[in-house]
Amino acid sequence: MNAPRRKERLVALIVLAALLFSPPLVLIAAPSADGISRLVPYVFLAWGAVIGLMAWLMERRDED
Amino acid sequence: MTSGLVVVVLAFGYLALLFLIAAWGDRRAALGRSLIGSPTVYALSIAVYCTAWTFYGSVGRAAQFGPSFLLIYLGPTLAMLMAPFVIGKMVRIASAQRITSIADFISARYGKSSSLGALVALIALVGITPYIALQLKAITVSHAVLVNYPQAADLPLADERFWSDRSFWVALVLAVFIILFGTRHLDASERHEGMVAAIAFESLVKLVAFLAVGVFTVLVLFNGPADLFAQVGERAELTRLLSLEAVPGGALGWVGMLALAFLAFFTLPRQFQVLVVENVDERHIKRAGWLFPLYLLVINLFVIPIALAGLLLGGGDSDSFVLTLPLSAGLEALPLLVFIGGLSAATGMMIVETIALSTMVSNQLVMPLLLRSNRLHLSTRGELAGWLLGIRRVSILLILLLGYLYHALIGETYSLVTIGLVSFAAASQFAPALLIGLYWRGARRRGAALGMSAGFLVWAWTLLIPGFAQSGWLDPGFLAQGPWGIDWLRPYALFGLEGWDIYTHSLLWSLVANVGLLVGVSLFTRPSALEQTQAALFTEAMPPGLVPTSLWQGQTTRGELRALLDRYLGEATSRRVFAHPAGEADETEDDDQPASAALSLRAEQALAGSLGSASARVLIDSVARGEAPDLESILRILDTTSETLEMNRRLEQKSSELARASEELRAANERLRELDRLKDEFVAMVSHELRTPLTSIRAFAEILRDNQALPDEKREHFLDVVVRESQRLSRLIEEILDLARLESGRLTLDPKRLDLVALTRQSVDAVQRLQEDRGVTLEVEITPETAWVIGDADRLEQVTINLLDNAGKFAADDDPRVLLRLARHKKHYRLAVEDNGPGIAEGERERVFEKFHQIQHQESGETRGRPRGSGLGLPISRGIVAHLGGRLWIEEASRLGGACLVMELPEAPAEAPSLGKEAGKEAGEEADETPESKPGGRPDGA
Repeated sequence: MNAPRRKERLVALIVLAALLFSPPLVLIAAPSADGISRLVPYVFLAWGAVIGLMAWLMERRDED
Repeated sequence: MTSGLVVVVLAFGYLALLFLIAAWGDRRAALGRSLIGSPTVYALSIAVYCTAWTFYGSVGRAAQFGPSFLLIYLGPTLAMLMAPFVIGKMVRIASAQRITSIADFISARYGKSSSLGALVALIALVGITPYIALQLKAITVSHAVLVNYPQAADLPLADERFWSDRSFWVALVLAVFIILFGTRHLDASERHEGMVAAIAFESLVKLVAFLAVGVFTVLVLFNGPADLFAQVGERAELTRLLSLEAVPGGALGWVGMLALAFLAFFTLPRQFQVLVVENVDERHIKRAGWLFPLYLLVINLFVIPIALAGLLLGGGDSDSFVLTLPLSAGLEALPLLVFIGGLSAATGMMIVETIALSTMVSNQLVMPLLLRSNRLHLSTRGELAGWLLGIRRVSILLILLLGYLYHALIGETYSLVTIGLVSFAAASQFAPALLIGLYWRGARRRGAALGMSAGFLVWAWTLLIPGFAQSGWLDPGFLAQGPWGIDWLRPYALFGLEGWDIYTHSLLWSLVANVGLLVGVSLFTRPSALEQTQAALFTEAMPPGLVPTSLWQGQTTRGELRALLDRYLGEATSRRVFAHPAGEADETEDDDQPASAALSLRAEQALAGSLGSASARVLIDSVARGEAPDLESILRILDTTSETLEMNRRLEQKSSELARASEELRAANERLRELDRLKDEFVAMVSHELRTPLTSIRAFAEILRDNQALPDEKREHFLDVVVRESQRLSRLIEEILDLARLESGRLTLDPKRLDLVALTRQSVDAVQRLQEDRGVTLEVEITPETAWVIGDADRLEQVTINLLDNAGKFAADDDPRVLLRLARHKKHYRLAVEDNGPGIAEGERERVFEKFHQIQHQESGETRGRPRGSGLGLPISRGIVAHLGGRLWIEEASRLGGACLVMELPEAPAEAPSLGKEAGKEAGEEADETPESKPGGRPDGA
């Protein structure tokens, strides 16, 4: 069950990334109480998380 | 202030280093020890995406539009997540078909159409060449900033002679570089190893340079990020830059830009070149899938700090902050490093883009024209390989000069400054034909051509021409009023769509036109046979390898094929093609023999690698004699085959359905036989059961008739027997009738609200004597005070007595014991009767409820000396309980270890509703509600 499982996970990751990078979530992340928008830190965090997941998904061996 | 000479020496020294690296890379490749056969180098070469526009422009964009610059890198991140699917597929196809560029790819997908390839090449040329100019401009401007600081950098280019403009010479050096390392092989589908190595190196240089400025800005100019952002927090106009408000078009503009960068990443010619054409190993994509996004993240990390720092420390041209910040601190070395970084970003892009464009120009524009004009066919045996390389080299030179010309003539205008996103939008017009064509077999050449043309026109109208107007070459009046006063044609508000940012607006309309025509026209056109084959190959509807060889039927001789290859590719290549596989034993060496299918295919692929697939097809057709291979009929055969397969599949499905149905029938039949057997047994049993009492009644009656002189005592006894046997007979008949009524559904029950506790006690009283007579110990355990259920009192009593009677019969022979329990269980009442007999095996439990089941069972139990039943009691009891909405089943006895028969009846609903109903009825009825009342008495009349 190695290859199909990874395909499914990759599809899920693509959907997740698309959600993270698009308005509904971006709009939620944008405003902030102290006047400085949290948009930029949010984008970098989400971006880093997606890259981390992708690296984990691509680099692990195909055993499972 | 750095001396001009140092800068020039450094810049050209850097270019010389590139030459060295590229030469080294090529040497290593020639020795078979590739420098670039690693996924990391592949990921770095993809980073050619980051041009001078990233290096200098990101900061400028951040200073103006806040976080919107990030979208240009988030789009490619999304694209790279899909790379294992999409790019992997493109790489497989490209290597199988020897694809040389994106124009070649699209042309090959749609039946190796040369017109489509030419269209793609033209759009790329129009949309991308200004982008090269932008790189040259970045070099000129950064050089000027470096040399002239602190004076203003923007000297008008027109004041300078072109030979004193460094970017002219950079362009020339790059032309030499690209000619040397980009056109080494005739076969453009082969990797340019040296060039890729140089590009990967350049990606490292620009990353290091940019990070150096970033670290310097945050740690040296400010005391760390906290200090920087604290100062920013005091200036409202700067904090605004960090929010979504700064993004043009708001949330909508955000999505539009994301989509634009996503699509352009696949379709920019240079990206296609590094992603697909230069890919040696499909497995590299996995690493690049996260490494390249990581590169993008890292190179963007300091963009916002640098932009904010530049704005805090006095401004100037935000596009040059990367340079002016270290310059303002009086540094010497860091600005030079930054300049080299910018130079590497610019040259990397120019190298790859120029190779991609020149391949397109030579293979998709020039070669088809030359082939069509027949000029090349007239020239006899001379090698035309040189021609091909020549054309490519000239086009490299022309493209770079064209870029320089753009830069020199219109360098300061709006058009050029905004060309980055404008050319993204132009490249996006390839996306529908490319991506839809990759997955939808039905996409057709005409649809692709019309869609792409329409998309291109919309793009030109909504982005390119307005740019001209803003540069002052056209009267900008039509921007506000529309051309000839036609309101709905306004370029920035097409069809009245206002309030969008111009890129999202243009992308929407151009893609609507593009995709709409592609899909719409494709649905109504018939493909040519070749197009059908190619579409199937690209969408992987046909197994690769099988079809191309079998489709081509050689109708040319080996000699002619050899001559063709000699002429176009040189003798060395043609020898390689002819010598190729060792395994093909049937290949003759005789040049008069017809060429085999495999050989023709190899020849066509070799030609495609150099000339593009469309031209290769034209050439092969030119030597094929008579009819071209009858692809139509072959495809028909294929279609028929696939239909047959489909039929076969359906037949299989039907037959398995049939098998299932017959299995079900068999099971039903077995069941029927079993029922039939049971019926026969039933009849036999009934007759037997009826005959036994009848026989004894008759026997005793005859004795009484014939022996008048019997003693009274004896006579009394015989009469008792007669009476008892008659009772048994009538009970049996009663049971059979009950069963018949139950089975036909005519059993009339009289359900009323009654107390199960009282009823149970009553039943126990009824059997107590009998059980004691048989020596059975009967224990009773009733937990609830009352147990109101809906039931027919007589029938329920019958069931209870039957259960007790049964248990008594099956209890152990020595010390027989029976336990009755009544308890509440989840809105139900459970009456369980246990015995300490042998119990009933799991598999037997349900069968006990079959009529006369115990006949067989009892044959061994006959010896027990206790009265046997008719075998009808349990089926009847179950029928009655089921009629009352309850259940009756057998389980393991928990206390006594034998069988346990459980009757479960639902609790009666609260009595309020029924009270209302009987309010007007006669008094005395409330007695029914009390537990003492006789359950069999007259309950309420519901």
